[in-house]
Amino acid sequence: MSALGHYNYWVTVLLMVAGLYIVIARSNLVKKLIGLSIFQTSVYLLYIAPGKLVGGTPPILAEGFRLYSNPLPHVLILTAIVVGVATLALGLAIVVRIREAYGSIEEDEILEADR
Amino acid sequence: MTLAQLPALVVVVPLVAAPLALLLRRGLAAWAIATAACLFSFAAALLLAGQVAESGAISYALGSWAPPWGIEYRVDALSAFVLVLVSGIAAVVAPFAWRSVAAELPRDQLYLFYTMYCLCVAGLLGMTITGDAFNLFVFMEIASLSSYVLIALGRDRRALLASYQYLVLGTIGATFYVIGVGLLYLMTGTLNIADLAARLPGIAATRPVLAALAFITVGMSLKLALFPLHLWLPNAYAYAPSAVTAFLAATATKVSVYVLLRFYFTVFGVHTVVEVLPMPQILLALSIAAILTASLVAVWQAGLKRLLAYSSVAQIGYITLGIGMASRDGLTGAVVHLFNHGITKGALFLLVGGIALRAGSANFDRLRGLARAMPLTSLGIVIAGLSLIGVPGTAGFVSKWYLVLGAVEAGRWWLAALVVGSSLIAVAYVWRFVEAAYLAEPTAATPGRGEAPFAMLAPAWLLVAACVWFGFDTSFSAESARRAAVLLLGGGAR
Amino acid sequence: MKSLLVLRVIAKMLIPFMLLFALYVQFHGDFGPGGGFQAGVIGAAAIVFYAIIFGLPAARRMVPDRLVETMVGLGVLLYAGVGVAGMLLGGNYLDYFVLAHDPVHGQHRGIFWVEVGVAITVSGVMLKIFYMFAGRGRDLDDE
Repeated sequence: MSALGHYNYWVTVLLMVAGLYIVIARSNLVKKLIGLSIFQTSVYLLYIAPGKLVGGTPPILAEGFRLYSNPLPHVLILTAIVVGVATLALGLAIVVRIREAYGSIEEDEILEADR
Repeated sequence: MTLAQLPALVVVVPLVAAPLALLLRRGLAAWAIATAACLFSFAAALLLAGQVAESGAISYALGSWAPPWGIEYRVDALSAFVLVLVSGIAAVVAPFAWRSVAAELPRDQLYLFYTMYCLCVAGLLGMTITGDAFNLFVFMEIASLSSYVLIALGRDRRALLASYQYLVLGTIGATFYVIGVGLLYLMTGTLNIADLAARLPGIAATRPVLAALAFITVGMSLKLALFPLHLWLPNAYAYAPSAVTAFLAATATKVSVYVLLRFYFTVFGVHTVVEVLPMPQILLALSIAAILTASLVAVWQAGLKRLLAYSSVAQIGYITLGIGMASRDGLTGAVVHLFNHGITKGALFLLVGGIALRAGSANFDRLRGLARAMPLTSLGIVIAGLSLIGVPGTAGFVSKWYLVLGAVEAGRWWLAALVVGSSLIAVAYVWRFVEAAYLAEPTAATPGRGEAPFAMLAPAWLLVAACVWFGFDTSFSAESARRAAVLLLGGGAR
Repeated sequence: MKSLLVLRVIAKMLIPFMLLFALYVQFHGDFGPGGGFQAGVIGAAAIVFYAIIFGLPAARRMVPDRLVETMVGLGVLLYAGVGVAGMLLGGNYLDYFVLAHDPVHGQHRGIFWVEVGVAITVSGVMLKIFYMFAGRGRDLDDE
């Protein structure tokens, strides 16, 4: 099980870094929010992928099955998804108001307008 | 409902008050419900603090599921202290908010403001009282999302951008925290803070656990505005409605400091934090940078709110300086400064809210000769400013005393000198207000003679009086802080 | 014109099934993927679909703004109310064990009502968000 076997962690790290890069590098406010969403998605993967045990069944009591996959990460991530949705909705609402107030959603133009 | 249900009620009452305020749709009714809920929470927090001081930590099992399977609310010396601070500030700001917010928001949005205020209070109180790491994240996001809304309600259009920046940075911080908790969960299989503390010592030096420590540090540093992750704070405090600034400045960053303390000393334990990773050195360096640069930047600001915001960044540097010392006196200084700075900044921003109501804004060009027009407000700002500086007889002195004590005990005389010397920079920015209000001639922009309404002045002066009271009678503040520091350094949960 | 007619007929056929599916997801959350949040979103999606095809004013007439805001508050109160009921009946907050004659049925009842509260709030919030975004004035000068 070399480094390549841990491909779920590689995907997690890739999404994490990609999301953070978008937040930092893009000046369009909506693109920043999308980067934030991608960053939060990587965290969901971080929790859920290790929750599946190799050879584990869904967590339903049944005869003959003794190894269950962990259902707790799924519950935690449901909560985290809702939080992510709420944050995205709030961020977009603020962007709509910014557009109405400034006429633009490019960060550098907005900072220019306030100078 | 007996006293045994208080740990749940202290969070549930503001949480229920929020949808009630939403359904009532009338500003005055929403304000009344919000104020009643905050007063109840304050009373409950005081009762809880008294109970903890007598008989030790309280554990409350949510849903009657025993920990560590169920979510546990845990009130010990540290969380009781922070509960009293947060609920107290909430109870003081709520009566103030009626006149202040009515002047800054349109009438049909007032009930929405109080809905968000209740949610923010419930979120902050929940963050403090919970003993489950993921439940802490949920409450953290409740508090953060409602504070983004509250900040965006400011009159100036720059409040929108400030709220957006805070949203992006705060969400990154919260997500870093979740990553840290996820790594801890992967390594130990539990989310309960006391259980994590029990299971970590064997695996504390493994890379995932150290990575978790790093992620949680960075995440909470974004939330508590530790230099250089403080960039959201000056804009957010300057452009938000005055009541919001007063409330958030006194509570939001303090609860994030509490979370950092909880994870550093209860979960990871002082050995991991001090010996395995160079956390004290890093915190020391960043704190010194925060104190010096933020205080210096504060001196050059054009508006009083921005000046006080940068001052907050510097004062948070003092708190993290105490944490970085990781000794009993250092931690006592950190925790007591958490409390003292909360009431000092709360008093200052409430008074500035009164100025904003009378003068339209708090820029220095409108403050010339203010002492003649608003003598009580100016005197209050001077007294609270003395507490910021740390003059003996005010609350700020008590915190600086413990910090200097901790530095001297560790043999770091230069640090003690720095704590005292940086207070001189605070003199510089407090003097800016004194010079403008007392020594300058009133201009056309200065408001006419007349204080802010009594409903706004009284809560502000209550906090100013508290600044002076806790400078003389430290039996509650310093004693609770000392007990909290002993608990934290004792290692693990009780 | 022709395509609009096709869309309207299909929408009228689909929307009841969407709402029914939302209820299915709501009540089968114990046995399969589902629960309050998902059901709330599907229910709101049905109304949003209606608004897209038939116009926002028609949707506003069917599900008025006051109703949506009331749903948001009511769902949260229902959830908190279940918790308080647990306290009143002798247990801790959100204690489901005491809600019925035996613990297992108590858990069933508690989870049922809590999920109903979540579904009401979530569909209210999603609709409110849609109303707020879709109802803003349109700019004529898009770059």
